[in-house]
Amino acid sequence: MAAAIQVRQLTKRYGQLVALDQIDLEIQQGEFFGLLGPNGAGKTTLISSFAGLVAPNSGRVAIMGHDVQTDYQNSRRCLGVVPQELVYDPFFTVRETLQFQSGYYGIRKNDAWIDEILANLDLTGKADTNMRKLSGGMKRRVLVAQALVHRPPVIVLDEPTAGVDVELRQTLWKFIRRLNEEGHTIVLTTHYLEEAESQCGRIAMMKAGQVIALDRTSALLRRFATHTLRITLRNGDVLPARIAETAERRGTQWQLQFERFEQIEQMLAELRNAGCVVEDMEVGKPDLEEVFVKLMRAETE
Amino acid sequence: MTSFLTLLYKEVLRFWKVGYQTVAAPALAALLYQLIFSHVLSTHVKVYETLSYTSFLIPGLVMMSVLQNAFANSSSSLIQSKVTGNIVFVLLPPISYGAFYAAYVIASVIRGFVVGVCVLLASWWFSPLTFVAPLWILVFAVLGAALMGTLGIIAGLWADKFDQLAAFQNFLIMPLTFLSGVFYSIHSLPEFWQMVSSYNPVLYMIDGFRYGFFGISDISPWRCLSVVMICYLLLTGLALILLKRGYKLRS
Ligand SMILES: Nc1ncnc2c1ncn2[C@@H]1O[C@H](COP(=O)(O)OP(=O)(O)O)[C@@H](O)[C@H]1O
Ligand SMILES: [Mg+2]
Repeated sequence: MAAAIQVRQLTKRYGQLVALDQIDLEIQQGEFFGLLGPNGAGKTTLISSFAGLVAPNSGRVAIMGHDVQTDYQNSRRCLGVVPQELVYDPFFTVRETLQFQSGYYGIRKNDAWIDEILANLDLTGKADTNMRKLSGGMKRRVLVAQALVHRPPVIVLDEPTAGVDVELRQTLWKFIRRLNEEGHTIVLTTHYLEEAESQCGRIAMMKAGQVIALDRTSALLRRFATHTLRITLRNGDVLPARIAETAERRGTQWQLQFERFEQIEQMLAELRNAGCVVEDMEVGKPDLEEVFVKLMRAETE
Repeated sequence: MTSFLTLLYKEVLRFWKVGYQTVAAPALAALLYQLIFSHVLSTHVKVYETLSYTSFLIPGLVMMSVLQNAFANSSSSLIQSKVTGNIVFVLLPPISYGAFYAAYVIASVIRGFVVGVCVLLASWWFSPLTFVAPLWILVFAVLGAALMGTLGIIAGLWADKFDQLAAFQNFLIMPLTFLSGVFYSIHSLPEFWQMVSSYNPVLYMIDGFRYGFFGISDISPWRCLSVVMICYLLLTGLALILLKRGYKLRS
């Protein structure tokens, strides 16, 4: 089975700037893949090279086994891209936009599928509205719809939820998860780390044109994140000096960092020996934001 | 084929939806030229013995409208799509560069024809017209419009901003079309300016087109056809190379 997306030694330069630096990446069919990184990391450039919008200086990209340069007809047919910018054609209605997009892919009568997409994105009522009259969130949905008209096996979304309200975000995720369950490969970039954490099976973190971490989401969290222990002591109890050194005060709570669960035991034993009584305790899960910040900082040093 | 037809239909619908701006306005402008120039000049200028100046003027104005609007269509469509970013909608699908070229050029020819026919019908009312060789009329209209539609593609690809395109239009297209014998016969010019004019390809389009109406012209229609055809093929070759390379489309 061909990889959904295969990137080999991909390099793209803009003058002096190296936007993509010998990227190697393989995304399997059926994956829900996240592409994370600060602004300017090269995420959009990478996505554009999947679509043949950017001509790389060297390296290759294949979509479902079809080379983006030499077999562009098939590679483009296999790919649906939701661009980052909120672009639209002000001359046409939502339905016209989607009918044209179908036609560009050689699909003549596509209204049944168009209606289904519209319904899933809560756009049915806007089908005959001019693009110009839609709100930003609505335009974003139409962009998603446009990427789906030709039922591509691989769907790439470049910051699909940037500047989008909570309600739409949920509608969108529900639909995209369904597409993923039906076998579509999903690749997305996002700034909302909790979103990537809850949706993506695997994550690549990019910085300055390089992939600096690539792993299953759970493994990334295990590898890089620390756990947080929050405790509330009985009124008047004083935290032992050794622990207080690394603890952080949050209101009545103390916040402690640890890496392995065995360390909790030791900590509690120390507290008991110091005569402290723990009134309340919770263990916080590691989150992707922490991983992200750590990785970005580590790379800078 | 479907992708080509869709792109063509989209391009035609694009200008048709704002027809007052893309068809009615240029047609009105041509009629105003007709009205003013024929009123001012008809008693002073005699271009050909057998022809009134008002009649002489009509084919030139019709062709000028065809050419300017064919250029405007492809160039403004491309620059708008590039500036607003929606060009990506036609870059993502597997549309071949040949289909891309054909769709934009044919849409330009259609717009040129629609405006040209409007001007022709309206000005016919001012002055009698003959159609001595309708085939020549058609050949020059199609070829001229396709040439300018192709030039519009090249200009639209090259320009990054609206003002660059406006400069192209104001400093190249306008002078070439105005100084092409629309309002006069080149034989009425001093010899030096006749020589300069003979390097203007638009002159051959206008003159050949006019021949189709009256059967008289400054230059033989065959010579006009050769010049226009060669220019068309050169520009088409250039446009196809640019599109194939994704010039300023795929960075
Ligand atoms: N067309 C371009 N010309 C010059 N530089 C560009 C161009 N496109 C992107 N860049 C640069 O390449 C780098 C990567 O950009 P991009 O892929 O948009 O990052 P991201 O999507 O991760 O924010 C940035 O430094 C950006 O300024
Ligand atoms: Mg980006």
